[in-house]
Amino acid sequence: MEIPRRLWQALDERLQLQPLIEFAADKEVPQHRYSWAYYFGGLTLFFLVVQVVTGILLLLYYRPTSEAAFESVQFIVARVPFGWLIRSIHSWSANLMVLAAVAHMVSVFLLGAYAKPRELTWWSGIALVGVAFGFGFSGYLLPWNELSFFATRIGTDMVSKVPLIGHWLLTFLRGGEEVTGATLTRFFGLHVAVLPMITAALIGLHLALIQRQGMHVPERLAEEARRRRPLRFIPNFVLREAIVWLAGLAALAALAAFLPWELGAKADPFAPAPAGIKPEWYFLFMFETLKLLPAHVLGIEGELVGLVAFTLAGLAWFLIPVLDRGAAAGRRSRAVLIAGLVALAAVVLVTGLSLAGVLS
Amino acid sequence: MTDDAAVQRSSRRSFVNWLLGTTVGATVAAALYPVFRFVIPPEVAEAPVNRVLAVRLSELSPNSGKVFRFGAKPGIVVRTAGGDVRAFAATCTHLNCTVQYRPDFQHIWCACHNGHYDLQGKNIEGPPPRPLETFRVDVAGDDVYVTRGA
Repeated sequence: MEIPRRLWQALDERLQLQPLIEFAADKEVPQHRYSWAYYFGGLTLFFLVVQVVTGILLLLYYRPTSEAAFESVQFIVARVPFGWLIRSIHSWSANLMVLAAVAHMVSVFLLGAYAKPRELTWWSGIALVGVAFGFGFSGYLLPWNELSFFATRIGTDMVSKVPLIGHWLLTFLRGGEEVTGATLTRFFGLHVAVLPMITAALIGLHLALIQRQGMHVPERLAEEARRRRPLRFIPNFVLREAIVWLAGLAALAALAAFLPWELGAKADPFAPAPAGIKPEWYFLFMFETLKLLPAHVLGIEGELVGLVAFTLAGLAWFLIPVLDRGAAAGRRSRAVLIAGLVALAAVVLVTGLSLAGVLS
Repeated sequence: MTDDAAVQRSSRRSFVNWLLGTTVGATVAAALYPVFRFVIPPEVAEAPVNRVLAVRLSELSPNSGKVFRFGAKPGIVVRTAGGDVRAFAATCTHLNCTVQYRPDFQHIWCACHNGHYDLQGKNIEGPPPRPLETFRVDVAGDDVYVTRGA
């Protein structure tokens, strides 16, 4: 016990760490009937850590060229000891991470936690969800299979509809006019270098803001939170979060082991798109809406109308703290709440119908 | 210090600030310009392909189709139930997928967003906004040649 104590003393002497320890020891989490919503952010972080670890492991064997990518993933899955498990966990954890992040975001919306002074936390969080979608989209292509090839053709083609710089963006993303090995190399760089760096910065900001401002308590639950004794962050909240992480790990292990992620057939740029092609579930609502839109709406190309509508809806979602200024004073805008609920219901409905195979 | 001196001093200060600002701006621009240029790949000189041997007629039974390589892009040859041979660009005008011939529909179909084209390449159902580009077809014995710009 002597050496750690003296080591701590030496560090504290130089860096004055005692205030940090006191901050952590005094940290409390308010308790009310919706305080279970506080665990989603931590759960998202857990899946992210799993992604980082399994991602680094996959890097040991993965080769980012159109000639070798599919074969290298095949090698990982078929030959490398536990390769099937690592790859399956990486795919499943990606999906669970998006699910946890979306649950976190929706709960923050429903509890009105985006209101002043927490606008920056909302914006950094939305940016993180955007980055997660970027991870999903770029990572989907990396095994270079049939489905991912056409999903990337569709997704990058959407970008070309942006006015003025659309074609520049398309060439930037694809590394040329078409989806080729050049695209794969770019997506790989994006997936393993650019996006992780952005994620680290955004998460640092997001967590620092939360530490600085403490947990949000909805106005109408303030009375209940005052009445009930808050939970000490260390050790009580940390231990409870650990239980949530353990549940996340159990779900992940079960999914990865019993439903191993498919690899599919190698991409062939000169084969027709396979029937039944679908993107990842979190892009399904966009995919199905684009399918349902007619070729022309009021003389404008249908897909353009759809993409403009998605962009505006995304922008509105991002700007909620500005659109609902009254929320800071406990007067939430009914219009914003109802519009948000309708949008969420539409997304859930379309995604659900698509998963159930009703839309096809 | 007189007022004149103060005015002169402040304008000297703003001049220096302006100079510093433009220097920083120019340095950043000089660093970013090559980056912007670097991320767009150079044009690879490729002989434009205007005519290819797409398929052997004997391999294409009536009421079927085949995707072939036309330069860097896919094309599709279709042999109608009546025996006519036609060729189109195989890239769906909606969102860039590759179309296929559906013998059960007897027309061209895109799996991605359920787009339909008739045997003239015209968009007839679903989201595609424009018809497929049409190519000229020459049948020489068993060889089916496809030519762009027909």
